[in-house]
Amino acid sequence: MSRLPVRKTYKLFVGGEFPRSESGRTYEARGQNVARASRKDLRDAVRAARGAFGKWSGMTAYNRGQVLYRIAEMMEARAAEFAELSSGRAEVETAIDRWVWYAGWADKYAQVLGSSNPVAAPYFNFTVPEPTGVVGVMAPERPALDGLVARLAPVIVGGNTAVVLASEPEPLASIELAEAIATADVPGGAVNILTGYRSELAPWLAGHMDVNALDVGGADGDLPELERLAAENVKRVVRGHPDRQSPYEIANFLELKTVWHPIGV
Amino acid sequence: MTDLERRQDRSPVPSGWDYAPAPEARDILTLEERYGLFIGGELVEPGSGEYFPTIDPSSEEPLAEVAQAGKEDVDLAVRAARDAFENGWSDISPAERAKYLYRIARILQERSREFAVLESLNGGKPIKESRDVDLPLSAAHFFYYAGWADKLEYAFPNRRPKAIGVAGQIIPWNFPLLMLAWKIAPALAAGNTVVLKPAETTPLTALLFTDVLRQAELPPGVVNIVTGDGRAGAELVKHEGVDKIAFTGSTEVGKAIQRELAGTGKKLTLELGGKAANIVFDDAALDQAVEGIINGIYFNQGHVCCAGSRLLVQESIYEPVIEKLKLRLKTLRVGDPLDKNTDVGAINSKQQLEKIRHLVKSGEEEGAEIYQPPCRLPDKGYWFVPTVFTNVAQSYRIAQEEIFGPVLSVLTFRTPDEAVEKANNTPYGLSAGVWTEKGSRILSMAQKLKAGVVWANTYNRFDPTSPFGGYKESGFGREGGLHGLESYLDLDESEARGG
Repeated sequence: MSRLPVRKTYKLFVGGEFPRSESGRTYEARGQNVARASRKDLRDAVRAARGAFGKWSGMTAYNRGQVLYRIAEMMEARAAEFAELSSGRAEVETAIDRWVWYAGWADKYAQVLGSSNPVAAPYFNFTVPEPTGVVGVMAPERPALDGLVARLAPVIVGGNTAVVLASEPEPLASIELAEAIATADVPGGAVNILTGYRSELAPWLAGHMDVNALDVGGADGDLPELERLAAENVKRVVRGHPDRQSPYEIANFLELKTVWHPIGV
Repeated sequence: MTDLERRQDRSPVPSGWDYAPAPEARDILTLEERYGLFIGGELVEPGSGEYFPTIDPSSEEPLAEVAQAGKEDVDLAVRAARDAFENGWSDISPAERAKYLYRIARILQERSREFAVLESLNGGKPIKESRDVDLPLSAAHFFYYAGWADKLEYAFPNRRPKAIGVAGQIIPWNFPLLMLAWKIAPALAAGNTVVLKPAETTPLTALLFTDVLRQAELPPGVVNIVTGDGRAGAELVKHEGVDKIAFTGSTEVGKAIQRELAGTGKKLTLELGGKAANIVFDDAALDQAVEGIINGIYFNQGHVCCAGSRLLVQESIYEPVIEKLKLRLKTLRVGDPLDKNTDVGAINSKQQLEKIRHLVKSGEEEGAEIYQPPCRLPDKGYWFVPTVFTNVAQSYRIAQEEIFGPVLSVLTFRTPDEAVEKANNTPYGLSAGVWTEKGSRILSMAQKLKAGVVWANTYNRFDPTSPFGGYKESGFGREGGLHGLESYLDLDESEARGG
């Protein structure tokens, strides 16, 4: 007699936990009931991301690199499941290798993007990149898995925390990814992933006063309105491409801090 | 006599500090009666025929008439810039482009006194500042970016830098020529052409700068300057022919510009307001710190976006710091901007003076304690006595809002963590100051402060090699240094992976 498989309940990923939507709503994708996040869930996610910012940004670059590398390890172990929930094996491998690539940048981008500045006075002057803070990421619809990874990895490698709106038609891979992230020593709240209707969530993410930057790469026709909402607290708005991989993608979510100190005896 | 004046310290102006007047000569300068708009290499009449007077804020005397650019004028300027970009400027080799910028730098150095006098005359800032800060820095900025023009491919590894096209640039009235240099130098070095809108109240050094461009033989249309009030700026922001907007000014206007550009895909950089904390620890070299506090807030009458307008003093040294500060305030010389001994000049405009008065009044009403040193103010012009508020709560408007005047709000703290929390408790994030003799504490504070520029044991230092710009609602993008180039370049990746 064949055994009846145990199915997974697809939930949100907020503050390192897997809650259902407080609204109790779900929608169906690929035959599964997926949580349909509410505005309240979104606000909770932003709060979780803000709460995790100190811990994640305060970790050493070496440590953050290892955590990102471990996400790749966790994905590799679940490669078969990921392949089923995405466009296939090739997408999964690209996504895993992307984590490895960005993991290696954790302790290098500051050397590429920072500078020491030869000012014309007796001061030591240097510029260092720092994380912007909480970043809202609108993941592309497709590729749902690698597109999300391509936009999320450069955000968090720089020490930012993230609130991600997963692909609306293809949300399953993003929750599978949340499970990999949850077991990769990423501090709870550093990455939050919401599934649901983009039109219900995106404007609230764009207008949220405690979100510092916004990747609208995955947004559709409502882009002007989202960018207008983002101006309310002068958010850094990035139109991310799902196929771009570069340290400059990291730079998009970094601030530059310049420090002056006198040179004297 | 106003309430404010009644409260002012009535002890006599300290003797022994009186100097004979030492005004800088004005005859180095020849002003036109009326200035047109600088479009396509010539000063032309505005389409509307509308002019407005620009004044000396220290005397309210008119200096010249300046054109109000309208929609069609801005359009002409943008077309001139586009034409120059497509027909000529882009074909000039980067090395030659560099040489134009070097020429501009040299001419500014040669004519620096003339510019300094005009800057003080039209803006109200002390001549010693325009002479020793604004002018040398403006020339240095052109000199620095000149050298980048033919080295751009070394600035951004693995990218192919290209000019963007036409840059629309809107600058404020606090450092008129310096802000012009911050905008124009990197834009031209990167190969763009520009349309620049100077501030309504301080257009004259930008107009005199057109004579520098003539002497440098810069091709017509590469730089266009349209004067006027906010309407001209709004037309520039809205114009479809502009590829990039760079704005320095208030956070309120910056947000409006960001909204206006939403969905257009135009590049934008914003240098907005600030409410910087200047943090003094109990182990700081107190006399130096007091000089830094003074320089932080009274430099340029406090018309500085990165001004150290909130003083955070560690509780254990609160009394001696306040005592020294008040003593030092009494020696500040407020008056004629052209006098070489003047420390604090005139407030830039009547409108700004009213804003300062309004916020100072709110500080008194909310319960802060005001101190103003004895000092004589001229009868005419716009003036405000350097002011210190103590007993300030974080919630007071004078601790939250940018006053943009010579007004310091003093708060206290006990622990470094409390200092960080208070310093960061603002939507702004432009700059901060830290005063302590402990190196590890400086680096720890510098790391925790959410500010684009941190001055340790110094304040209000600027250099063309040093990137400047804000966190949070103080804007985005950097000016100065290698990073300042990025705002004016299209940076395709030559071999982006995974794509």
